[in-house]
Amino acid sequence: MSAVRMGLNGDEKPHVLAVDDSVLDRKIIERLLTNSSCKVTTAEDAHGALELLGLADGQQNFSNTVSDVNMIITDYCMPGMTGYELLKKIKESPTAKEIPVVVVSSENIQTRIEKCLEEGAEEFLLKPLRQSDVKRLRCHLTKDGNPTDEGMLCVGR
Amino acid sequence: MAGVSQLQKQFVDYKASLFQEGVLDEQFDQLQGLQDESNPNFVVEVVSLFFQDSERLLNDLTKTLNQQGVDFKKVGANVHQLKGSSSSIGAQRVQRVCIAFRNYGEEHNIEGCLKSLQLVKHEYTIVKNKLETLFKLEQQILAAGGIVPR
Repeated sequence: MSAVRMGLNGDEKPHVLAVDDSVLDRKIIERLLTNSSCKVTTAEDAHGALELLGLADGQQNFSNTVSDVNMIITDYCMPGMTGYELLKKIKESPTAKEIPVVVVSSENIQTRIEKCLEEGAEEFLLKPLRQSDVKRLRCHLTKDGNPTDEGMLCVGR
Repeated sequence: MAGVSQLQKQFVDYKASLFQEGVLDEQFDQLQGLQDESNPNFVVEVVSLFFQDSERLLNDLTKTLNQQGVDFKKVGANVHQLKGSSSSIGAQRVQRVCIAFRNYGEEHNIEGCLKSLQLVKHEYTIVKNKLETLFKLEQQILAAGGIVPR
C-alpha cells in the first residue's frame, strides 16, 4: 500500500492534543492515537485546550502549557465553547494557526462540515473514530507548525 | 466445572447472539481490537465508564423530566451525551432509542420523552446485564487457563 513518510525526525512521536467533553471518548481517542505512535495530551473542554496552548484570554499562568503540538483533534459539540469556536480561535492565533485541526462529530450535518472546512479544519470526521481514521490523519501532521515538504501521501477514504 | 473449550464455545455463541439481537454493533469489535497485552483491560474499563456515564445521565433525565417546567435544553444535552457514549461502545439499541428521544425533546413532547426514558432505561439494563455476563464468561475462561476467543 502507500508509504506515508513523516516530516518528523525518525524517533519523534507526533504530539496530538485531543479535546472532548466525554471521558469515554477521550479514553478511546487516546488509545487510537497511542496505537498510531502518537504522544497524546487530552483536554475536556475548549477552554482547557486553549490554556494548554497558552492561548486563553488573559492567561497568566503558562506553567501547564504543552509544546510542539503537531495536531489538534476536537469534538464539535461541547458545552461552553464548541469545537468550531475553538477552531476559529486557533486559526486566529499567530502562533497556533499552522497547527492542523481535525473536527469530529457524531452528527453528519452538511452545513456544519462546510463551515468547519471553510474555517480551516483539515478534516471533519464522524464518530465513532476508527483506527483506520487515525492512521490516515497522520498525513496531516506537521513538525514545528510547518507542513512537511517530504513526500507525504494522503490516502483518501 | 465446564472445560475450557465448552466455555469458549459458550462465549462465542453468547457474543454472537448479542450482535444478532442488535444489542451490540461493530463498534464493540473495534474496541476489542484496541485491547492488547499492554492494555489487557481496555474494554472493561471503557464499558465501566459507559455504565457510570449512563447511570448519571439517566438519573439526571429522570429528575429533569419530572419537574414542573421541563428544561428541554437540558434534556437534549443529556440525551446527546447518552447517544454519544452508547455509540462509542457499540450499544446499538440504546443509541437508537436516544435518537427518538432527542426528537421528542426537540418537539417539547413530554409524553414522548417520558416514554423514551422508560425505553432507554430498559435497553440500558439489557446491555448492562449482557455485557456483565459476557465479561463473567471471559473471566471463567481465563480462570480455567484458556484464552478468550476473538
